[in-house]
Amino acid sequence: MKGQTIFRVKKAGVYTTFQDLGRSGYQRFGVPVSGAMDTFALQIANILVGNQRSEACIEATLIGPELEVKCSIAVAITGANIQPQVNGKSIPMWQSIRLEPGDILHFGKLQTGVRAYISLAGGYDFPEMLGSKSTDVNSGFGRLIEKEDTICGHPACNRKKIGLSKQLIPTYDKSIDAAMIEGPHQANFTEEARNMFFSTSFTVDANSNRMGYRLKSETCGIQTSGQVWSDAIPFGGIQIPQNGQPIILMADRQTTGGYPRIGTVISNDLGKVAQLPPQGEIKFHTISVDEAQKQAAEREMFLYCLETFRKGIN
Amino acid sequence: MDFSIKAVGDCAVKVQFLQDVTPQLNRKIKIFCNRITELNIGSAVEIVPAYNSVTIYYQPFKITYRDIYNKLKLINIDDSSCKPEKQQLIKVPVVYGGEYGPDLQGVAEYNNLSVKEVIELHQKPDYLIYMLGFLPGFPYLGGLKTKLATPRMENPRRSVSAGSVGIAYKQTGIYPVESPGGWNIIGRTPLRLVNLTNQVHPFLFEAGDLVRFYEVDEVEFLEMEEAAAAGKYNAKLEILNRKGASANDQQANRS
Repeated sequence: MKGQTIFRVKKAGVYTTFQDLGRSGYQRFGVPVSGAMDTFALQIANILVGNQRSEACIEATLIGPELEVKCSIAVAITGANIQPQVNGKSIPMWQSIRLEPGDILHFGKLQTGVRAYISLAGGYDFPEMLGSKSTDVNSGFGRLIEKEDTICGHPACNRKKIGLSKQLIPTYDKSIDAAMIEGPHQANFTEEARNMFFSTSFTVDANSNRMGYRLKSETCGIQTSGQVWSDAIPFGGIQIPQNGQPIILMADRQTTGGYPRIGTVISNDLGKVAQLPPQGEIKFHTISVDEAQKQAAEREMFLYCLETFRKGIN
Repeated sequence: MDFSIKAVGDCAVKVQFLQDVTPQLNRKIKIFCNRITELNIGSAVEIVPAYNSVTIYYQPFKITYRDIYNKLKLINIDDSSCKPEKQQLIKVPVVYGGEYGPDLQGVAEYNNLSVKEVIELHQKPDYLIYMLGFLPGFPYLGGLKTKLATPRMENPRRSVSAGSVGIAYKQTGIYPVESPGGWNIIGRTPLRLVNLTNQVHPFLFEAGDLVRFYEVDEVEFLEMEEAAAAGKYNAKLEILNRKGASANDQQANRS
């Protein structure tokens, strides 16, 4: 069933796509997972408008789109603060908002973070490919949202206004300390290389994208020794190519890679990496798998409770 | 069975096999993957086999690393209860040279062979798919004759057509989708490696399958390509038992 027209795209923004929680289940066939870069912000955006947490949202990057509203809808905007506005007036983020036909949803200057999420109560009408609505241009799944596109959906409008408490809203810093778990290629790094890695503050290169964050440092780089056989590469994996400048593997990463990996950013810290702007700074420290999994379970419990609570007040 | 288990972040675990990369290890890895599925370990989200490892993605709030580690540790596939796996051989038609294989001449010259010899040598082995990766449906094939090994191109092409068959160093592969690439392109297959309209088997290849190339002429290629575009061309498959004998030929419903 084709949905109603929700938006007409007046300006596309710089890299605007549909994203959900990713195309999982096909990595053994070489299909990247893709999906939202900041899965926490995506899930909150959906919960606030009463959707399933995994529903697709519009992911806007650095410069937001300009959208003309075509019917009565409820949306929520989370993630990066790109000064969302309706008809020239600022609107709050991290809460559900009613929009009426003729309204113009647009964005201003980037304040914090990189990627904003626009959920639609009822969900967007966009075809699933291999079980996901996520756009992955490199792999041939969909394309960027363009000027003059029509965006359709199944609006569910009678939604109560609801917002996230201020103290629960994540802050996105330009300088972060990310927790990681070491491995699996510890054997390819000397103690000296390892020490250098953990004592360096890296800068995010402008040439970073949904596939990977390229990091730079003033030092000569992290030396690796020996070769590794290609293996599966996870979201947050930190690979060290021959030039010694690390790359953090992000949502659109390929499924396998052949560079040594010094560690993997923990799942709870991926959101703040994904919101790190070009020229942002990042340092790493290790934590245990037990501690990382405790944090992941707490976050899941938080999202589950919020979702359950939200369903109860519709 | 000799393997180590390592955490890969808080949502994945890597099983690293300690043997050399061989067809025997590839078969063991396949059996290992099947066993994880049978045991439904930690309701694994994804199981990704590679040359000498298997990575299992899981949800840490459903099973902890400690628990998945203890379950994986107990898997033993060396005992006799593990039956030999059936293996599929997929026959891949290729038109060599001309506009379809602009680097065929170059590969021949680099290796001091005639074009005819390159085409013959390329068709000779049954290639083993060790793993898929790089692009959706892209097979990493083992078994290229060393006489055909050719370095990657110094200036990668901005665009290589889907179906292009290439050589880079000691590997041969097939581009599933149009993509930039630095492999020496010697021919093209009309087969579709990824076909999302096929609900049952969207991918032509799977790790552990065998690939056999056979030459077709341009007229046959164009006919097959047209049929493939209309969804009316199926790859020729053979099911082999592990002793190598052909169990049966079939026109399988893959792509």
